Amino acid sequence: MANLNVNIGNLSLKNPVLTASGTFGYGEEFADFIDLNRLGGFIVKGTTLEPRQGNDYPRMVETPSGMLNAVGLQNKGVEYFISEIYPRLLQYDSEIIVNISGSSIDDYRKVAEMLAPLDRIRAIEVNISCPNVKSGGMAFGTTTEGAASVTKAVREAFPKTLIVKLSPNVTSIADIARAVEAEGADSVSLINTLMGMAIDVERQRPYLSTITGGLSGAAVRPVAVRMVWQVSKAVKIPVIGLGGIMNGRDAIEFMLAGARAIEVGTANFINPAVTVEIVDYMNDYCERHGVKDINEIVGMI
Amino acid sequence: MEKYNKRMGDFRITENAAIAENYSLLKLIPVEGLLSDSAIRPGQFVQVVTPNNATYLRRPISICYIDNDANEMWLLIRKAGDGTRALCDQPNGATINMIYSLGNGFDLSEAGSSPLLIGGGVGVAPLLNLGAELNRQGIKPTFLLGARSAKDVLLAEEFAKYGDVHVSTEDGSAGEKGLVTTNTILNSEFTHIYCCGPMPMMKAIAKIAREKSTPCEVSLENVMACGVGACLCCVEKTTAGNVCVCKEGPVFNIDQLLW
Ligand SMILES: Cc1cc2nc3c(=O)[nH]c(=O)nc-3n(C[C@H](O)[C@H](O)[C@H](O)COP(=O)(O)OP(=O)(O)OC[C@H]3O[C@@H](n4cnc5c(N)ncnc54)[C@H](O)[C@@H]3O)c2cc1C
Ligand SMILES: Cc1cc2nc3c(=O)[nH]c(=O)nc-3n(C[C@H](O)[C@H](O)[C@H](O)COP(=O)(O)O)c2cc1C
Ligand code: FES
Repeated sequence: MANLNVNIGNLSLKNPVLTASGTFGYGEEFADFIDLNRLGGFIVKGTTLEPRQGNDYPRMVETPSGMLNAVGLQNKGVEYFISEIYPRLLQYDSEIIVNISGSSIDDYRKVAEMLAPLDRIRAIEVNISCPNVKSGGMAFGTTTEGAASVTKAVREAFPKTLIVKLSPNVTSIADIARAVEAEGADSVSLINTLMGMAIDVERQRPYLSTITGGLSGAAVRPVAVRMVWQVSKAVKIPVIGLGGIMNGRDAIEFMLAGARAIEVGTANFINPAVTVEIVDYMNDYCERHGVKDINEIVGMI
Repeated sequence: MEKYNKRMGDFRITENAAIAENYSLLKLIPVEGLLSDSAIRPGQFVQVVTPNNATYLRRPISICYIDNDANEMWLLIRKAGDGTRALCDQPNGATINMIYSLGNGFDLSEAGSSPLLIGGGVGVAPLLNLGAELNRQGIKPTFLLGARSAKDVLLAEEFAKYGDVHVSTEDGSAGEKGLVTTNTILNSEFTHIYCCGPMPMMKAIAKIAREKSTPCEVSLENVMACGVGACLCCVEKTTAGNVCVCKEGPVFNIDQLLW
C-alpha cells in the first residue's frame, strides 16, 4: 500500500482526507455510517466567541449540481465546544480541526487563545470568508489587508498549525494567499462557498431568507480546481483543496492541481460514506499508477 | 447521548402503484438485512437518492408503514417536482438508495386512550404507521383525513384497519365538505392530537388543540440537505432557539414551537 501520510505545517495526517466545516457537524452525526478513525481528520462546525442563532429559515435551496446555503454560522459558542463537544471527540484518533469565525479581529484572537491549550486541537482553520455574516467575515476575506490582519492576530494567539480558509469571491485569490502566508499562516484552504442567488419565479421571491447565499457542490469544482492551481503556484505553504469533491477521482484532481490535502463538504449529504470511499480510492489510484507516496502527485500540473 | 442506528442501503421496489392522480405508493424491501433490526419508530423518515440523477441532493420522505413480517417499507409520494416525479415513475424491481431511519418519531407514550390522528394530503403518510403501532399497543385511534376531493382521499381502507376514519374534502365529494379544521369530529374530546399536513392546516389544528387544551404534536417538512443534523439547513424556531427539524423533529409538540 502506498503512503498516504501528508503534512500540513507541523500537523501530520494519516491520509489527505478531511471533512469541510459546516457539512460534517461534529463528526458524530456520521459515526453510524463510517469509521471516523479512517479519516485524516475532521474539521468541525464554524465556531464563534458567543453562541449564534444563525439566519432565518429558509436557509437552503438546491441549484444545478449544487446548493445555496445561508446557515450563518449557527453554533453554541467556543465555551460550549470546549466543555461539551471536545471531550466527546477525544475517543477518535483522527485529527480534530476547529474552524473559527468572528465579527472582529478581537473575536478571532480570543477564540484562538481559548482553543490553544487543548491538547488534541493541533490545528485551527480560520474562516475569513463566510459570506453569510453581515459584518466581518466577508470584509476580512476580500482584501489583502483584512486577511493579513486576521492572520497576524490569530498567529500571535495560536502557536500550533494555522490554516487560513480563503474566499473565492475575490479578484485575485493568489494575492490574498500571499498576504496570509506573509503573516505566518502554515497553510491555506480553499475554496469557501461562491456567493450566489436563486429566485422562485412562481412566488416571485428569493428562495433564501438572506436573498444571497453560498454556492457549494459539484457546480463549483472547476472554479475551485483553478484557484487551487493558481494559489499553489503562488505560495510555498501547503494548500488544502476543496469545492465540489464528490468522489475519489475529484480528490485526485485537486491533488494534481496542487493540494496537499483535501476536504469533502456537500458530498457528505449525498453519500455519508464518501470520505472513506475516497481514502480507498486513493490507495487504489496509487497502486494503479505505481505511486509509492501520494505526496509525489501533489502539484504535478 | 444519542444512540446511533442510522444506515445507508439499497432497497428494491416490489410494487409501485399510482393510487391517485399525482400520488404513488411504493413498497420496498431492503436488498440486505431486516427492517426489524432498525427499530423504526412511527414519524421517522428516510432520505432517498432520486433515480437517474433527477436531483442533486437526496429527498426526505416519511416512512408510511413498516410490515416487519414482509420486511417491507411503504412510502407514499406526491409528485411535487423532479425528484418525487422520478421516484413515482420507477418501475417494479428498480433499486433506490436510502438513508434510514431518521429523526425522532411521534411520542406514543402520550397518546392516551383516544388519540386523534389528522392528516392532510400526502401528510397522511406517517399516520398509517402511527395508527398501526397504537393499535398494537391496544389503542384504537380516530383518523381525520383531508383531501381536495373523493379521488384524493389516500389510503382510507388502510386506515380503517386501525380505527374509525373521518374525511373532509374541499368539494364535498366525500365525507364532510370543507377543510379538516371544520370537521365535526373535532367537537369530540380526544386525549391527544397527532397532525401532519400543509403548514396552514397544522397551524390551524394547533390553535384548535390549544383552545381545547388537548396535547398536540405536528410533523414538519422543512427543506433539508443532509437529514442527519450536520448542515443546520432545516431549522425551526423553538422555545429552545433554532433546532434542526431532521434531528430534533420532524415531530414537535406544539408547546415547543413559536406558533
Ligand atoms: C421529514 C419530511 C417528510 C416528508 N415526507 C413526505 C412524504 O411522505 N411524501 C411526500 O410526497 N413528500 C414528503 N415530503 C416532502 C418532500 O420531501 C418534497 O416534496 C420533495 O423534497 C420535493 O422534491 P422534488 O425534487 O420532487 O421537488 P422540488 O423541485 O425540489 O420542489 C418542487 C416544489 O416543492 C417545494 N418543496 C420542496 N421541498 C419541500 C418541502 N420539504 N416542503 C414543502 N415544499 C417543498 C419547492 O419549493 C417547489 O415549489 C417530506 C419532507 C420532509 C422534510
Ligand atoms: C451547509 C453548509 C455550511 C457551511 N458552514 C461553513 C462554516 O461554518 N465555516 C466554513 O469555513 N465553511 C462552511 N461551509 C463551506 C464548506 O466548508 C466548503 O468550503 C464549501 O461548501 C465548498 O465545498 P463543497 O463543495 O465540497 O461543499 C459550509 C458549507 C455548507 C454547504
Ligand atoms: S437537513 Fe441538515 S441539519 Fe437538518
